[in-house]
Amino acid sequence: MIDNEMKLSIKSLSENEVFARSVVASFCLTLEPSIEEIGDIKTAVSEAVTNCVVHAYPKSVGNIEIGVKITGYLVTITVEDFGVGIEDVKQAMQPFYTSKPFGERSGMGFTVMEGFMDSVEVSSKPGSGTLVTMTKEIKRVKE
Amino acid sequence: MVIKHRLDNNILYVMLCGELDECSSKYTRQTLDKLCETGPFRQLVIDFSELQFMDSTGIGVLIGRYKKLKDRGVPIYIYNPNRTVEKIFKMSGLYEIMPKLV
Repeated sequence: MIDNEMKLSIKSLSENEVFARSVVASFCLTLEPSIEEIGDIKTAVSEAVTNCVVHAYPKSVGNIEIGVKITGYLVTITVEDFGVGIEDVKQAMQPFYTSKPFGERSGMGFTVMEGFMDSVEVSSKPGSGTLVTMTKEIKRVKE
Repeated sequence: MVIKHRLDNNILYVMLCGELDECSSKYTRQTLDKLCETGPFRQLVIDFSELQFMDSTGIGVLIGRYKKLKDRGVPIYIYNPNRTVEKIFKMSGLYEIMPKLV
């Protein structure tokens, strides 16, 4: 498998969510993922981008940088924003925790990312932004 | 997002067609609320057969409608989600309040 890489820069508009997850999923197609694996990647990317749209830039439109790196059968996806950042990452990653309880938010974003990918790492600095790094190994032998 | 509906034997059937994310959540929320206000029905069945994608934004939308209908004593049932959507439902424990129709 040839190692490959791509970068995508989008504005933090919810209209760009479908574009972002579709582009990332399409880029991974060379690895011949299963329908389930593609669904997992699309969902995890959508969660990360939604966090940027809703939380990172709550009152403005900013930039979201998305990167995908393919190393063998390992996919590494980064979603980075330069918004408000997260005060307490550990708390934000708790299932059902939401900083916007009156907005009908499920608080499941990070939990879904963790459930659908092999690993999820979040580094954030209040006032500077957040970087989410997720990996998933695409299975060579399909069930 | 396209939302189809029919009322049959006092059961409101709603079919979500398309993708449910942050972008389509406002329309989905408003349309479901409008349909729920239309008249008396004893159950709401949400058909996911034609929903190609949903992220956790959808869970927030569903729980919001559940809270509203709970006050009226109207249960919500989930029908035929795809494998990825099903994983989110199981992960969030949604089936405990909105059972899956089989």
